[in-house]
Amino acid sequence: MRHAFVRLSCVVLFLAIFGCGRVDRHSETVELWHWMTDRDETLQKLARQYEQETGVRVHVELFAPSDAYSNKIIAAAQANVLPDIFGLLDKKPIVASFIKAGFVEDLTPAFEADGGAWQAELFPPAVDTNRFLPGNVEGVKPGIYGVPIDLTNIQLVFNRTLLKKAGIAEPAKTLDGFLEQVATLRRVGVTPFVSGFGEIWLVDCFASNYAFNILGEEKVMRTFQGEVPYTDSGWIEVLRVFDRLARAGAFMEGIVTKGNKYAEQDFALERAAFAFNGSWCVNVYHDMNPALDYGVTTLPAADPLLPMRSWGGAGSSFVVSAHGPNKEKAIAFLHWITRRDQQIVLTHETYNLPSNREAVVALPEVLGGFLRTMAHTTHPMIWSHSEDPVVVEALDKGIQAIIIGDATPEEIAARVQKVKEQQLRKLRRPGGF
Amino acid sequence: MARDRSVILRVVQNMFLHVFLMTVAVACLFPLFWMVRSSLMSKAAIFTDHGLIPRDPHWGSYATAWVKGDFGIYFLNSVLYTVCVVMGIVIIGSLAAFAFSRLRFPGRNILFTLFVAAMMIPLPGSFVPLFVLMSKLHLANTRLGYVLCMINVGLSFSILLLKTFFDKMPTDLEDAARIDGCSRLQIWWHVALPLARPALAVIVVYNALNVWNEYILATLLLSDKSLMPLQRVLMVFNGAYQVDYPILMAGLTMTALPIIGLYLLMQRYLVKGIFSGAVVG
Amino acid sequence: MAFLPANRAMAVRPADAARNFFFVLPALVIFAVFYIYPFFELLRLSFHDWQGIGPMHWVGFQNFRELMADKVWWNSIGHAGYITLIALTFQNALAFALAIACDREIRLKRFYRVVFFIPPVLSEVVVGILWNWILHAGVQGGEQVGLLNNFLVEIGFPQMVHNWLSDPKTALTCIAVVHAWKGFGWGFLMLLAGLQTIDRQMYEAADIDGASPWRTFWNVTLPLMLPVIIVVVILTILGSMQVFVLILSLVSQGLVYHTEVPVTRILGAMSGTNQFGYACAQALVFGAMLIVLSFGLKKLLNRVRWS
Repeated sequence: MRHAFVRLSCVVLFLAIFGCGRVDRHSETVELWHWMTDRDETLQKLARQYEQETGVRVHVELFAPSDAYSNKIIAAAQANVLPDIFGLLDKKPIVASFIKAGFVEDLTPAFEADGGAWQAELFPPAVDTNRFLPGNVEGVKPGIYGVPIDLTNIQLVFNRTLLKKAGIAEPAKTLDGFLEQVATLRRVGVTPFVSGFGEIWLVDCFASNYAFNILGEEKVMRTFQGEVPYTDSGWIEVLRVFDRLARAGAFMEGIVTKGNKYAEQDFALERAAFAFNGSWCVNVYHDMNPALDYGVTTLPAADPLLPMRSWGGAGSSFVVSAHGPNKEKAIAFLHWITRRDQQIVLTHETYNLPSNREAVVALPEVLGGFLRTMAHTTHPMIWSHSEDPVVVEALDKGIQAIIIGDATPEEIAARVQKVKEQQLRKLRRPGGF
Repeated sequence: MARDRSVILRVVQNMFLHVFLMTVAVACLFPLFWMVRSSLMSKAAIFTDHGLIPRDPHWGSYATAWVKGDFGIYFLNSVLYTVCVVMGIVIIGSLAAFAFSRLRFPGRNILFTLFVAAMMIPLPGSFVPLFVLMSKLHLANTRLGYVLCMINVGLSFSILLLKTFFDKMPTDLEDAARIDGCSRLQIWWHVALPLARPALAVIVVYNALNVWNEYILATLLLSDKSLMPLQRVLMVFNGAYQVDYPILMAGLTMTALPIIGLYLLMQRYLVKGIFSGAVVG
Repeated sequence: MAFLPANRAMAVRPADAARNFFFVLPALVIFAVFYIYPFFELLRLSFHDWQGIGPMHWVGFQNFRELMADKVWWNSIGHAGYITLIALTFQNALAFALAIACDREIRLKRFYRVVFFIPPVLSEVVVGILWNWILHAGVQGGEQVGLLNNFLVEIGFPQMVHNWLSDPKTALTCIAVVHAWKGFGWGFLMLLAGLQTIDRQMYEAADIDGASPWRTFWNVTLPLMLPVIIVVVILTILGSMQVFVLILSLVSQGLVYHTEVPVTRILGAMSGTNQFGYACAQALVFGAMLIVLSFGLKKLLNRVRWS
């Protein structure tokens, strides 16, 4: 009896593993791989609706966390088994490499069809982050390669209740004013500022905003090209912003090891008066503390005479595989999902800004604030040059060191410049790229 | 008099021992308790209610997690993967360990050294080649491919541990079996494996836990929800943006329970004094 | 001591050797397919400059030369070494002490045996969230948010309130302690399994001889446990040198360079700075170091057995 049971279970296991192990797909089904845990349900729903309307099946598959997703995309590209629709979460040079290696379909014809009707429907910054301009340094054929499904930007959010407690009516527009407010907040026992500065990219975003403000875009680009050194007084001024904020006690204790998730929790639970976060935070804060009374504004400018910009553009974009059997169907689906009605569904179910201009209806108040600050944005994807990621890492880690009082701005500037020169030498080496 | 003193000494000693053990036990139990406690709170209360025991327990999170996360299918997948990988490792690993410990063949020591050395090289660097290889073998996005990969991951450690225990075991019983005309395979199955039960129990728990908690290789190799293991749900619950903590904690609790159950089951083999008769040393 | 028939001075017939070889064949096939091929790919990539996509450039030993001069890399090995040292001493001593306690006839031993294995079973997600809450350094309304800081204030040591994870002086130790807490259950489990295989009669014999518990431990338990201890030591080294999930969940992408360990450097080079070739070179060098370390320690401990 017992033996019979053991044997039976062995047979069942064998069948389970070898028998129905492989899922065969119809090649007519459009495959879509994404990484957005918060939007999976809505995307699934929209895909079902699309199948009902058009008869085209779109198979939506979610892979989390996003690091694992990126790994999978790189591996799938090497094995040439990319799905019809996927996302590239990487930096501009890597996106360019994907395009140059022929994995990504050029969507320019689709966007320009009917006198550019599709392009006209969308917010220009969302399209721009998916565009390669003529004469780009990456050497990509100019055109639009991705479809933005939403819009985002990263700004300063502030807790009205806590500011009121310190007698502050409005967040300061200048850094000097902000530092005064920091002192006021500390006096009444309120932690002024929190952000996920344990994550390199948020430090990078914050720093690059001040670099644009202090040095101007042109000089930042020349730094990336190696023409302006990081020891330039402008860059030292950028690093000093962090030093001044740290000395004034602006940052929450432990900010440099905080993941953004924990920083979001801190702001939602009213442990800090200000936070530096992206428009997705509306969804997060709403979830953790629906009663939170907060607003959004741009970062206080270090140089009030020059514009203060922050990163913004498409939050999530999809590209179409150039080798897939369903290119036309994939493009048609992506076009459909950026149409007004679908964008309204996405906006209202997931609290993200729509990429379609006509879908801006009945936005929650703070999301409206983020939409207004969209006017003051820029994005690494639209810059003419990109900094070497090794230098970016050195800069951002250096900024963390300044925040914890481990190094002075001058020391960090010298260190980053050394790394920059090292990378430049590598670039000039024969065979380097 | 002296006897009394020694009894008192014993009691005091035991008290100290229990205080020590209890302290460690509390440090181990607290997270589990905290996890269950958080799973019983409402979304609003989780950040505001600092009491140890939720004032108003919500059992609904478990049902929500089960339904929303499609726990059923992932659960079955995970059970299937775990059973297959553990069985595979126990059989393949113990055969190899038995040979490394007891049998003679050319290249024995070199091969064993290779197996042990293999587990020292960190895997992350080999993700891309592994996926390319699996695609070429038509094993990407198949259950078989994932199971084989996971067997490979656990094999080195299991061989090392089993060989250590085989080396420690007396050969008398095996010699007797050999004289009785048992083949090598019979000795492995009827003598060596039963004697190595505590080590096998460790191997079962270690590998089961490894497979149960694995998601990086699963995400890499599998591309269909219907093939994914349980950890996928948790990764989705613990998403990049918004996290529903009670549901996440309910999911984590449900995921931890089967492994704790398995460990309780394996305890019998781990702890029973099955060596009381045999001479070791 | 146990005899290995294979070690007896007797020749093996080729047919026997072939039959014996069949025992390792399944393991060898899996190993060859899933390890050796990726390993040679790793080796090949380590001589290239590659972003993970696009063309590869042969650079010879450039990646390895750079690695030799990479201070952050060598520091990261030092950090992992520190975590490993704490794991080897503190964590393993605790595991051994608990295993011995639970091997004896004491009350509640079944309870303890289950409970000590709970931290290894728990998901890293829970561990991360829980310890972030314990070590939180923020203040809200004049009160400490973090459990530990709050506790320190409560018991009257407000001067000890600290930025646990953001101070280079304490961050690594905090990580090591959490790691030891999460990991000691494994050592406990294996050592307990090892202790169970020791014949009770050995203890009784020692007891009759009037040996003190300490002497029994030294003369009976320790020598018999040495092979298991060696396995536990090797596994502790592997587990602690390769720790990274815990670090990511405690300090995100790291406190400047003070919490970098080799695996976070490798992952950073792969997905952070897109230097796949460099990441492969790091993995190889690190693997080689672990092999030398583990086998060296094994040799050393084996010598202790005979002295």
